[in-house]
Amino acid sequence: AAAMTMNADLRRERAAATFQPLLLTHILDGGPERTRRRKEIEALVFNDPDFQHEDLNFLSRSQRYEQAVRKSALMVMKLREYGIADPEEILWFKSFVHRGRPEPLDLHLGMFLPTLLTQATPEQQDRFFMPAWNLEIIGTYAQTEMGHGTHLRGLETTATYDPATQEFILNSPTVTSIKWWPGGLGKTSNHAIVLAQLYTQGQCKGLHAFIVPIRQLGTHEPLPGITVGDIGPKFGYDEMDNGYLKMDNFRIPRENMLMKHAQVEPDGTYVKPLSDKLTYGTMVFIRSFIVGDSARSLSRACTIAIRYSAVRHQSELKPGEPEPQILDYQTQQYKLFPLLATAYAFHFVGAYIKDTYQRISGSINEGDLSELPELHALTAGLKAFTSWIANAGIEECRMACGGHGYSRCSGIPDIYVTFTPSCTYEGENTVMMLQTARFLVKSYTQVSSGQQVTGMVSYLNDLSSQRIQPQHVAARTVTVRINDPASLVEAYKARAAWLVEAAAKNLQAELNHRKSKEDAWNRTSVDLVRASEAHCHYVVVKLFAAKLPEVTNAAVRAVLTDLCLLYTLFGISKNTGDFLQAGILTSAQITQVNQHVKELLAVIRPNAVALVDSFDFHDVHLGSVLGRYDGNVYENMFEWAKKSPLNKTEVHESFHKHLKPMQAKL
Amino acid sequence: SVNPDLASERQTASFCVEKLTALLDGGAEQTRMRRAVVEAIQSDPVFSRENQYFQSQNERYEAAVRKAVHLQKKMHEMGWTENGPEYKYIYRALSGDVAFLLHRVFMRSISVLGSDKQIAKWIPLATQLRLIGSYAQTELGHGTYLQGLETTAVFDIATQEFILNTPKISAMKWWPGDMGRSATHTVVFAQLYIHGKCYGIHPFIVQIRSLQDHSLCPGITAGDIGPKMNFEAIDNGYLLLKNVRIPRENMLSKFCEVRPDGTYVRQGSQKINYFTMTTVRISLISDEVLIPLMKACTIAIRYSVVRRQSKLKPGEQEAKILDYQTQQEKLLPQLAAAYAFHFTNDYLQELFGRGYREIQRKNFDMLPELHALSSGFKAVITHHCTAAVEICLRACGGHGYSLLSGLPSLYTKILASCIYEGENTILLLQTARFLMKCFMAASAGQPVPPSVTYLAAVKPGKCPAKNKSDFLSPDIYTEAYQHVAVRLISSTAAKLQDLIQSGAKKYDTWNQCTVQLVQAAKAHCHYIAVKNFAETVEKLETKAGIQRIMKHLCDLFALHGIFSNTGAFLHDGYISAAQMDMVTASYLDLLAVIRKDAIPLVDAFDFTDESLNSALGSYDGQVYQRLYEWAQKSPTNKMSPAYERYLKPLLHNTLSKL
Repeated sequence: AAAMTMNADLRRERAAATFQPLLLTHILDGGPERTRRRKEIEALVFNDPDFQHEDLNFLSRSQRYEQAVRKSALMVMKLREYGIADPEEILWFKSFVHRGRPEPLDLHLGMFLPTLLTQATPEQQDRFFMPAWNLEIIGTYAQTEMGHGTHLRGLETTATYDPATQEFILNSPTVTSIKWWPGGLGKTSNHAIVLAQLYTQGQCKGLHAFIVPIRQLGTHEPLPGITVGDIGPKFGYDEMDNGYLKMDNFRIPRENMLMKHAQVEPDGTYVKPLSDKLTYGTMVFIRSFIVGDSARSLSRACTIAIRYSAVRHQSELKPGEPEPQILDYQTQQYKLFPLLATAYAFHFVGAYIKDTYQRISGSINEGDLSELPELHALTAGLKAFTSWIANAGIEECRMACGGHGYSRCSGIPDIYVTFTPSCTYEGENTVMMLQTARFLVKSYTQVSSGQQVTGMVSYLNDLSSQRIQPQHVAARTVTVRINDPASLVEAYKARAAWLVEAAAKNLQAELNHRKSKEDAWNRTSVDLVRASEAHCHYVVVKLFAAKLPEVTNAAVRAVLTDLCLLYTLFGISKNTGDFLQAGILTSAQITQVNQHVKELLAVIRPNAVALVDSFDFHDVHLGSVLGRYDGNVYENMFEWAKKSPLNKTEVHESFHKHLKPMQAKL
Repeated sequence: SVNPDLASERQTASFCVEKLTALLDGGAEQTRMRRAVVEAIQSDPVFSRENQYFQSQNERYEAAVRKAVHLQKKMHEMGWTENGPEYKYIYRALSGDVAFLLHRVFMRSISVLGSDKQIAKWIPLATQLRLIGSYAQTELGHGTYLQGLETTAVFDIATQEFILNTPKISAMKWWPGDMGRSATHTVVFAQLYIHGKCYGIHPFIVQIRSLQDHSLCPGITAGDIGPKMNFEAIDNGYLLLKNVRIPRENMLSKFCEVRPDGTYVRQGSQKINYFTMTTVRISLISDEVLIPLMKACTIAIRYSVVRRQSKLKPGEQEAKILDYQTQQEKLLPQLAAAYAFHFTNDYLQELFGRGYREIQRKNFDMLPELHALSSGFKAVITHHCTAAVEICLRACGGHGYSLLSGLPSLYTKILASCIYEGENTILLLQTARFLMKCFMAASAGQPVPPSVTYLAAVKPGKCPAKNKSDFLSPDIYTEAYQHVAVRLISSTAAKLQDLIQSGAKKYDTWNQCTVQLVQAAKAHCHYIAVKNFAETVEKLETKAGIQRIMKHLCDLFALHGIFSNTGAFLHDGYISAAQMDMVTASYLDLLAVIRKDAIPLVDAFDFTDESLNSALGSYDGQVYQRLYEWAQKSPTNKMSPAYERYLKPLLHNTLSKL
């Protein structure tokens, strides 16, 4: 198609913005220099003919896998050619090459290599690291089994030490013990780090990691005793060969157990590791990445839905006038703007966790783990909180695009199916919420027994001191000013305190009635999840509000303040019951909140397109016909559809095979 | 053999599953007939869905055409007819995986909108499949708002023809099923022009492909619109018309006709037509919305008693995940919703049956109410059930994400129902408009239709519940729902009124209140659903065992609605903070009660393994074996060219050049 000019609606929207999107982009990237570097890397990838290919929507799964392997191989070479080594820059490069999708080497680069670095002995590093670095060895990380996921202790794969041959014998003793889901396992990898229950001297020593060769170097055929393959089609992740692995009396040398921490000596003597808290570090890192990913995925969906809503015209608002942009309808604004505000909120939360992790990882390396438990509890909850909301938000964005959102050309179905597994992996969300709850209850118990707690839960300290009637669950009185983010943070704090206290008291009541701790915990778990959600919600609101004074440009600060207020007030209007029941807000205030939300929609409306432009997604990266920067939606939908596989021939072969013979018979 | 974890669940059922199945089917005779149809279809290998998760879009389309053609033969063999009682079960047994669904819409629109002469000409041809029809209404630029359609049909007196055009890109017909590759004809909706004057949207029969070689007719550009989230088997299409001429007789002219001299004539009442459109919204609820939700519940709940994870008591076996309160809280309300909306659907069907009989007698009084109920419930039920299926999907953890679980396909299919046959937000606003009118009328003491008479009898007061068991009384919770509906409807009406009195323009006022209007419409529908469920339970007195469990589900449906929307009930103090704690306690207690019957309750939906097509949800519960067997059949397990082409050079260290 000839060069098209920008859609007039979008041009008008951009001209009417009250701030410069680039300045906001700098804030999101962490400074103008980071933005410049990101765009430099973006240009490296998108201008490289090696990384161009047909629209993936028209390829079969096998073809998509093949494209992904091709690009991954090139990617590894080019990263080294360009000398890109900064972890964040590698992530950018990877995301541009694969357009935000997973790829077959993800586990090799993200789990296999790092695990070697942190858990292998120097001897093992010599044997495995350089070959893996040079991709003679491609590895994956095989933890999840068909029958067990988040509950690691339940894993059934066994590694039994045989001192006679100084080997471990690996077995998948049941169907449920077959390793299932690891990325890159099905077809790509020739090695796997396998997590198995270690048996030595007749005793089970719990889960340990073993380096297991699975395919023959040279032929890539599975080794004898190994059954390996792809687990079949999924909702998304078409590029990824998630695999299964079954081991039958498969022997590996003793030296293949990762022995930096725990060891099995030649005679079978087991040597315990010093601390197991170290693994927290990796989990915190990956979960904080998911928080950032929640922000990014929701930002993409918002970009598409808001641009499209500015281009699409429908029905009439004023009799006799042209059809309005659908973004002018209050109901459409009500669907999309709170999500836009959420995307910004989550972005700042993701940045906060990343910074905090980096700040304390220094002390972690020096063995000071004191800050880890809270950060661990916080990231578990925030991972669940943000991924649940982003998951639902992406779907709302798609739904807001009506029928065209349902087409793969909108790009939103792909964002959704790529994102939704993050509610499950790296810890199933409900389980994560309950982990956070455990920390909250523990903190509450500490406060009840007169101890002070610190960090994000310090609001619990206020509970006992201000309590007038200790037998009653009631909120601390707060005077809430609904135009003031700081005052609203206090309201969220009071709600969290109220729900944490209620859950803790319900738990205690169950314990008073029953004997088993587990049973009481289970019977309180719905309350506990609610408490965790309220705690996380408070943290998000607090971090968003804390960001505002840091913004130096007045115009940008103004628009971020609008978004922060919208996020905060919308959250109240969706959870009015909590604020009413706890006595934090009156019904009259709730009515004001609801009204103010609608006023904010109108305030944000002129900046909506500029606010998604600030996310600065390149069209190729966004992969959406509806969300194109130039807004030429309809022409390009037609161009896209013509390439559909069903359109390969003018008359489909089904006509000759089925329709014609039928008509002949009639 | 049946997995013992599943078998033990069936031994403790508190009611007779077979009797509940019969209740759902509308009688044991219906159950028998449905099973016979399902058996006949599913035992025929042509209709197999065994490999569908592995097939490409092209293969799925071809299979759908093959099945549609074979179905003609099958129906003849079995003695089934399009108007016979078996017909509705056929589509269900096929799980919708069959082509020519729009052909039926094509025929129906000719029957409804065509003159007797047109019916006599086209229906026999269509019945014999001598042509394949489609229905082209939606355009690239316009969907629910029909007046905005841009396709034109200009009458040319000289040749007595209409000249059809899609004058710009956004006017292109987009989405119609069967049109991308199969259809030879379609009903095109276009703006009619005579002598330069526009007469609005009218339907025209247009031939788009040759009956000989299936090539496109002159002036026609048509094709498939490309991959979607689901409906791979359907060739949703696009259609460009460039000076396509059709004879004057091809305008469907039951209600409007263009005479040879260009005179435009209206005849008869459009109201029946209007009623038909309204009926379509109701007719999709059963097959497109309830069945997918019931399937999703079956899969997720069966899987949740097979999957064991972590320990509830030290030293014991790992617990079934359905024994966790959080898992119950995810799944059991969805199960209750499936039953609730099943009975809502019965209520609507009954109401529409009555409406139809009235309309036959030329009494159109019920029309506004039927329209409001069909719009509101279409929106509320599709939205609720779509969310419910997604919850089921995510409640199955990683394995739910595999296509082999069956859940992703159920989800991507049901969610389309939120958009087609009217976008949900727009439909809710239509219901809200009706409610506003009725509220005004009721306030002025005028009569209102039966479903909204409660608006006239507004009772102030507080919820009388004293303890948590009071919230198991249908009167208590139905009142609460009614109270919220009245409050939201009346406060929105008051606000509209205020804004108008303050001098705001009417259209502005409406737009400023739309968020509230949507909430009011939802509250109205939710109230009716709760009330109807409670009334249904009451009528089951002859079936004690079933009545007991249905009562639990009704309570759960109602209390879950309050629990997830506490603010609406607390807002004006109708339910107090202390009472809300009772609601929560009662609600959580119910989960444990219904948990015991969860498996019998999904067994009662009576889906065969073939129709579930799920490795997780089969009747025998052999989840893991099946998952492993099915995965091995995946085409990705054939040697991929990726190894030879890319992996081999990579592994053989071509990187050393760096």
